[in-house]
Amino acid sequence: MNQRQALYEYLLRLGDNALILGQRLTEWIGHAPALEEELGSANIALDLIGQARGWLAYAGAVEGTGRDEDALALQRDVLDFRNALLVEQPNGHYGDTIARQYLFDAFHYPLLEALSGCADQYIAAIAAKSCKEAGYHRRRSAEWMIRLGDGTAESHAKLQRSVDTLWPYTGELFAMDEIDRTLQSAGVAADLAGVGRTWDEDVAHTLKTATLQRPAAGWMQSGGKQGRHSEQLGYILAEMQFLPRAYPDAHW
Amino acid sequence: MTGKTLMHTQPAHTEVELTRSAEAIAELEQAFQAKIDADIKIEPKDWMPQAYRQSLVRQISQHAHSEIVGMLPEGNWLTRAPSLGRKLILLAKVQDEAGHGLYLYSAAETLGASREALIEALHAGKAKYSSIFNYPTLTWADVGAIGWLVDGAALINQIPLCRCSYGPYARAMRRICKEESFHQRQGYEIMLTLCRGTAAQKRMAQDALNRWWWPSLMMLGPPDAESSHTQQSMRWKIKRHTNDALRQKFVDQSVPQADYLRLAPPDPKLKWNEQTGHYEFGAIDWNEFWRVLKGDGPCNRERIEARRRAYDEGRWIREAALAFGAKQARRARGAD
Ligand SMILES: [Fe+2]
Ligand SMILES: [Fe+2]
Repeated sequence: MNQRQALYEYLLRLGDNALILGQRLTEWIGHAPALEEELGSANIALDLIGQARGWLAYAGAVEGTGRDEDALALQRDVLDFRNALLVEQPNGHYGDTIARQYLFDAFHYPLLEALSGCADQYIAAIAAKSCKEAGYHRRRSAEWMIRLGDGTAESHAKLQRSVDTLWPYTGELFAMDEIDRTLQSAGVAADLAGVGRTWDEDVAHTLKTATLQRPAAGWMQSGGKQGRHSEQLGYILAEMQFLPRAYPDAHW
Repeated sequence: MTGKTLMHTQPAHTEVELTRSAEAIAELEQAFQAKIDADIKIEPKDWMPQAYRQSLVRQISQHAHSEIVGMLPEGNWLTRAPSLGRKLILLAKVQDEAGHGLYLYSAAETLGASREALIEALHAGKAKYSSIFNYPTLTWADVGAIGWLVDGAALINQIPLCRCSYGPYARAMRRICKEESFHQRQGYEIMLTLCRGTAAQKRMAQDALNRWWWPSLMMLGPPDAESSHTQQSMRWKIKRHTNDALRQKFVDQSVPQADYLRLAPPDPKLKWNEQTGHYEFGAIDWNEFWRVLKGDGPCNRERIEARRRAYDEGRWIREAALAFGAKQARRARGAD
């Protein structure tokens, strides 16, 4: 794999994470537990989809075959998506959504912070802008983790279950492969081990404050970053890509 | 999160009312009407007739409910918007509507009606919301048609409310109207793109106009002869124009816009009248309007059910937030 191919794949990982999580959050709009949460979920979805546009536009430019961000978002199939399995997991109840969001945000923020100093100026610029947003996302989702974990007996039990269920999808976030290594030697990719240490500290602190148990170490699911997804993704894409697929010659 | 009382509360001074003499009240009412006639805004702490308060709570809460229920038909296309740009625009729009709901519930709270009580009345089928949101969004063109026509009709209805006699409502409306006019332009732009597109896209656009035209005309309210609140509301300057006048304005504005799109509103009687300087239009099927209003529109049950489900399924979340808040307060006291 040459550096250009690695860069393209790396940008898809960044863009697809933001896109798929943003898409999941839009499913909540109109159905959130309170008006304030309608506004909050919409804000985060707006940030994430906006970030996805930036990453995918750059990915299209790197690929160099004329595909823009819409072509990449709306014309690729499951095998070509590179998001982590965590973000495609279903919304479940609001506690499940909060837990998924927090586990991701606690990874996303230090990742973007690291990439803000990246040798690739385009990555550095998108990361610096997204990093501010991700910092706010992490603060909000951590606050909800604490409110629900340390709220009522019911919310505590529910959120513990959410964390336990989602935990096996967190390992993949920090697993380095050939793509990371190829780019790291060029000063482009983030050091995921470092990001993982920040994540560990943050998660330990939040779980403790939320009076939640850290799940025991166990088998971690992986594959999303290489294009091996859960059954969830096909349905997300079927819905998200419907119009451009049904009317291939139309502009919208 | 709101942790306010679940009861419908009234400011204390309305209790004083009972002990006031008839003359004293007549005097207060005269002074109140004089203020309104002089275009002086009424503020939450000012004395106001009970009927004025009730009328405002009814109108503001119906408006708030319409914003919230109105998120559903367009929200239906959020996961399927045809490009990332369109998705962001639609998401920001639906988010604006949630914000409008918040401002309006807050305006109603200044009159002593709690958000919870109002929402529970909606879920119990006791409060109304704009009937137009009981129609389905079947294609992407419906998102365009709603922005163009429904936000357009809302704007015509709401611009005069920016001068409404009740201060908090008038101020909320000024913020809202700015955003509604954005929504209308964005909706029209979707229609324009479709009408310049493929045959399938044009068909979608015409079909959406066919389905949304009449409900949009109805959205401006029942004909003046059947509108139960119009006269008193106009005296109080809660309302500034009659429903029929607003409807004529909407038709006059929308027909040339449809012409520009090369779409035809579904009304064979529609024609320009040189003498009056207005469009004439065919008879509105008011039976349909009353039927949908009373609960038998295509989506009434789904809409209320969706709102109720969101509220019920979110209860443990709201309770947890309240419980955590209370714990924090206890901890802060204990730490003192
Ligand atoms: Fe609105
Ligand atoms: Fe609007």
